[in-house]
Amino acid sequence: MKKSVLKRLMKYTKPYSAFLIGALVSTVINISLSLYGPILIGKAIDHIFSAGKVDHEGMIPILALLGLTIAMSAVFQWIMAYCTNKVSYQTVRDLRIQTYQKINKLPLKYIDGHAHGDMISRIVNDVDQVSDGLLQGLTQFFTGIVTILGTLIFMLTISPVITIVVVLVTPLSLFVAGFIAKLSHKQFIEQQATQGELSGYVEEMISGQKIVKTFHYENRSEKQFDEINRRLYNCGVKAQFYSSLSNPSTRFVNGVVYTSVAVIGSICAVTGRPGPLTIGQISSFLAYANQYTKPFNEVTGVITQIQTAFASAQRLFSVLDEEEEKPDAPDALALKDCEGNIDVNRLYFSYSPEINLIQNMNLSARKGERIAIVGPTGCGKTTIINLLMRFYDADSGAIKIDGTDVMDITRSSLRAVFGMVLQDTWLFSGTVRDNIAYGRKEVTNEEIIEAAKAAHAHSFIMRLSNGYDTVISEDGGNISQGQRQLLCIARVMLVDPPILILDEATSSIDTRTEIRIQKAFNKMMEGRTSFIVAHRLSTIKEADLILVMNHGSIIEQGTHEQLLGKNGFYANLYNSQFAIAD
Amino acid sequence: MLKLARFLKKYRKQVIIGPIFKLIEAIFELIVPIITAKMIDNGVKAGNVTYIWHMGGIMLLLGVTGLCSALICQKLASIASQGFGTVVRSELYQHINTLSHSEIDKFGTPSLITRMTNDVNQLQFAVAMLIRLVIRAPFLAVGAIVMAMLIDFQLSLVFLIATPLIAIVLYLIMSRSVPYFRVMQKKLDRISLVSREGLSGVRVIRAFSKQESEHQRFQSAADDQTNTAIRVGKLSALLNPLTYSIMNFAIIAIVWFGGWRVDAGGMTQGEVIAFVNYMTQTLLALIVVASLVVTFTKASASAARVNEVFDTVTSVPETNKDPIVKINHTPKIEFQNVSFSYDGTDKYAVNDLNFRIEPGETIGIIGGTGSGKSTLVNLIPRFYDVTKGKILIDGVDIRDYSFSELRGEIGMVPQEAVLFSGTIESNLRWGQENASGEDIQKALKISQSNGFVSAMSEGIQSPVNQGGKNFSGGQKQRLTIARALVGSPQVLILDDSASALDFATDAALRKSIQTETTGMTVLMVSQRASTIKRADKIIVLDDGEIAGTGTHEQLMENCEIYREICLSQLSKDEVNKK
Repeated sequence: MKKSVLKRLMKYTKPYSAFLIGALVSTVINISLSLYGPILIGKAIDHIFSAGKVDHEGMIPILALLGLTIAMSAVFQWIMAYCTNKVSYQTVRDLRIQTYQKINKLPLKYIDGHAHGDMISRIVNDVDQVSDGLLQGLTQFFTGIVTILGTLIFMLTISPVITIVVVLVTPLSLFVAGFIAKLSHKQFIEQQATQGELSGYVEEMISGQKIVKTFHYENRSEKQFDEINRRLYNCGVKAQFYSSLSNPSTRFVNGVVYTSVAVIGSICAVTGRPGPLTIGQISSFLAYANQYTKPFNEVTGVITQIQTAFASAQRLFSVLDEEEEKPDAPDALALKDCEGNIDVNRLYFSYSPEINLIQNMNLSARKGERIAIVGPTGCGKTTIINLLMRFYDADSGAIKIDGTDVMDITRSSLRAVFGMVLQDTWLFSGTVRDNIAYGRKEVTNEEIIEAAKAAHAHSFIMRLSNGYDTVISEDGGNISQGQRQLLCIARVMLVDPPILILDEATSSIDTRTEIRIQKAFNKMMEGRTSFIVAHRLSTIKEADLILVMNHGSIIEQGTHEQLLGKNGFYANLYNSQFAIAD
Repeated sequence: MLKLARFLKKYRKQVIIGPIFKLIEAIFELIVPIITAKMIDNGVKAGNVTYIWHMGGIMLLLGVTGLCSALICQKLASIASQGFGTVVRSELYQHINTLSHSEIDKFGTPSLITRMTNDVNQLQFAVAMLIRLVIRAPFLAVGAIVMAMLIDFQLSLVFLIATPLIAIVLYLIMSRSVPYFRVMQKKLDRISLVSREGLSGVRVIRAFSKQESEHQRFQSAADDQTNTAIRVGKLSALLNPLTYSIMNFAIIAIVWFGGWRVDAGGMTQGEVIAFVNYMTQTLLALIVVASLVVTFTKASASAARVNEVFDTVTSVPETNKDPIVKINHTPKIEFQNVSFSYDGTDKYAVNDLNFRIEPGETIGIIGGTGSGKSTLVNLIPRFYDVTKGKILIDGVDIRDYSFSELRGEIGMVPQEAVLFSGTIESNLRWGQENASGEDIQKALKISQSNGFVSAMSEGIQSPVNQGGKNFSGGQKQRLTIARALVGSPQVLILDDSASALDFATDAALRKSIQTETTGMTVLMVSQRASTIKRADKIIVLDDGEIAGTGTHEQLMENCEIYREICLSQLSKDEVNKK
């Protein structure tokens, strides 16, 4: 499985394969050159023997070559870093854009069924993880391996005997690095979990601060906090201690290698057994020994990183492999000059096969009629919107607009005939003007202002610091919930669609504006077919048709009088509002 | 940053002893090249194998001792730094608990959490580095130069040129690239913002067929981030090649000039090798120093953010912790010329409120959003303190009560129904830990929760997830009402807390509160006229001021705003219905 993940990932690097090859080639060149350095230094040192026995002339070509080696090595080191950066960041960008693009194409069913935070984290964190772990991690891995091999080869050319000594110490180095990585990894996971628990607790308590204060819970919550905090301390000390072992242990293993090389190298130089060695060669060996454990640490360190990256890549690919929204039929019509007649025939729908939501729904709405959707919160009014606008497709039966089945209409032209003002307003971070103009491509300033005026939004917009150019911040902190809804109304007013879907939850708008909005709504509804999620009795009573919903399905439909006559759920709902509390 | 040093007091021992052990290791590291030099000059050149073994033994001994002292230092560093972090978190948490809503709102919950986690972690790391590296790294860098000077002063001039050069390169590159990391984070935040909007607005986007333009928006955010990343990458890619080149050319210089010094008899061959070693040590130590600078810059920003919290003083102080004497025959709650503004300016959220509530009365408070309803009730348990005027409970200014007495008096059900992870029972016992089972059952019954609670297989032992996410909005609201009732408070405040209930449950709830709780003063805030219509007294708020008080009938007569609200929500019949 890992192989296929890697293979698939490599496909993303294809457009940048020149950089990838550049990175690999320059890695090999850079490492070879930089490993060659100590040999040259050693040779140069051999020309310095003692007082009066120094061959400066002999040193010149060696040092010149050394200088060249250093310069070249530096150049290739830079190329290597540059190419790696290019490949990883650009691949990451492509992956990100593709994932986002994919989300745009996924059916609503997927998006509704998955936590948004989790999907964002895939786009942001997992992609970063892939970049850090797989691309940069793999280059580090590659560098490490090349360095180890290169060092071995260079050492062999000087003295096979000492090389064997060094190789014998290698398992020690591997063992130490692996052991520390394992120990600290386990502790880090525990620390992470406890840290998460602590943040969760703090979040719960701070956001529930009112309750904490009302019930005088401060002391009790401090005790609980301290308990988690103490656990965090315990695993934190361990995690930090274990991970901080890595540097001193590395230095120690290096010290052992260094000592062995120094002692055995010196003995070789003196006795010529088991092989002859010059002092300069000892110095080259010592230089290698000093850096010897570094690549081992890098390689072992990078392995865990690569593993997490694989997991991240799989999480990404699982999104990319999701089935997309079915494309429009090739012969789908573009809906033009829509009248707004809607017919629903024998419609069946459910989100999951176990629970039948809508069964045999029939509905006929002529141009200009008002359909009120009534029921407790969470009764499933979104289901109706989902079906009308084809965010979801019905299981069987048909919805027809002006006599044409919605399945035969292109989605974009179908959705364009609906205007939606929902309770949970959606604005994007941008200016007020851009938000109002969201639904139309070319629009004049006058039209925007006119729509804002019609939605009673103009006066508050003018009171904002920058008027229509005020940027709506991410959390929407600078405008109130009611004002957000007014902007959404203006957005729909500008598009002027033949069918409206309105959420009558105007409770977040102050009383007097609410009344004016009601008027604007009424005006907007003239001549248009409207679906209203209704909360006020006046709207309900005046509706041409009332759909009574509960637990996601339509349980009754008819006019106010018809439904009262049925003496069912609606009648009960209607009467209970005025139950006398005494 | 120094301000936070007080939290290290407990760990003074570790902070002093730790670096000493680290110094021992560093000294040993500096000695090793000299021993190598001796091994070569006195051992190899003199052909003395015993001497070589001897020196090798010393090297190994130094290594082992160095390792042990380093381990001791690491242990001390983890104890001190994690201990420091634990103390800071605990103190922060306690401090936040003393803050009032104005202060908490000013920071925002997410920001307080990051301060308590990320920022404290950053500081913790800085403390560890303080013990582990702040003494060691500069000591190694300077030490290597000093050792070189001791061996041969003339040749050490190479160090005096190369070291500042390396330092300058490090400074130039890092001072330019490090600030970019914050920029990169911002651009990454932008990417997650666009994705979040794309997901939460998915219906609007598809309704307007704006997928293409959203894609463009995302792409430009992604491109922007990539371009910055590559630009920074190019710059920081210079760091290693440049510093290593300087070091290597310095080594060439050492070998070349060292050759002359040896020729003149001022140095030995082994000492030249030691010089080369010291040069490498200097570079590595300098790189560590540079990264330390980054660590401490980050830490000082974190320290500032943590200190900001510590320096914030609550605007609602508890001045008296002793019990007070209530005055008989006074209204239960009385507002006298109460004004309040959130930011201390003269933009009052509520202005000049005057009213009295008698014991046992049920009061309805109605008005549009922003009319000050919630503000009014939030002033009673002192979530905020009045800006002008005063509030009396049982004839005593609420600022003269201790917090526990004042809040013990009040059962508050805030607008947002918040439950805490645990069980239903643990949530209900928040107000009174030792409440009897009967009290709990009664509270469940009054709040209309006994139906769904007993339908759950585990009853009141049923688990509650964080925020009560496993309950519906209506269930949560009923449980929060039950929680407030368990303590049998004198005053019950319902801040629009029945909004998610259907009309039937809402009506049943109101009825049982009225019949089952004799003598309890109830304040009911609502947007629904039907909810408060039958209260003993209704207070109508408009733009922070009282627009009318009285019964439903009186207000229908003489309060224009109340009439507007009622007429917009109720039909004529219902308005007039008794």
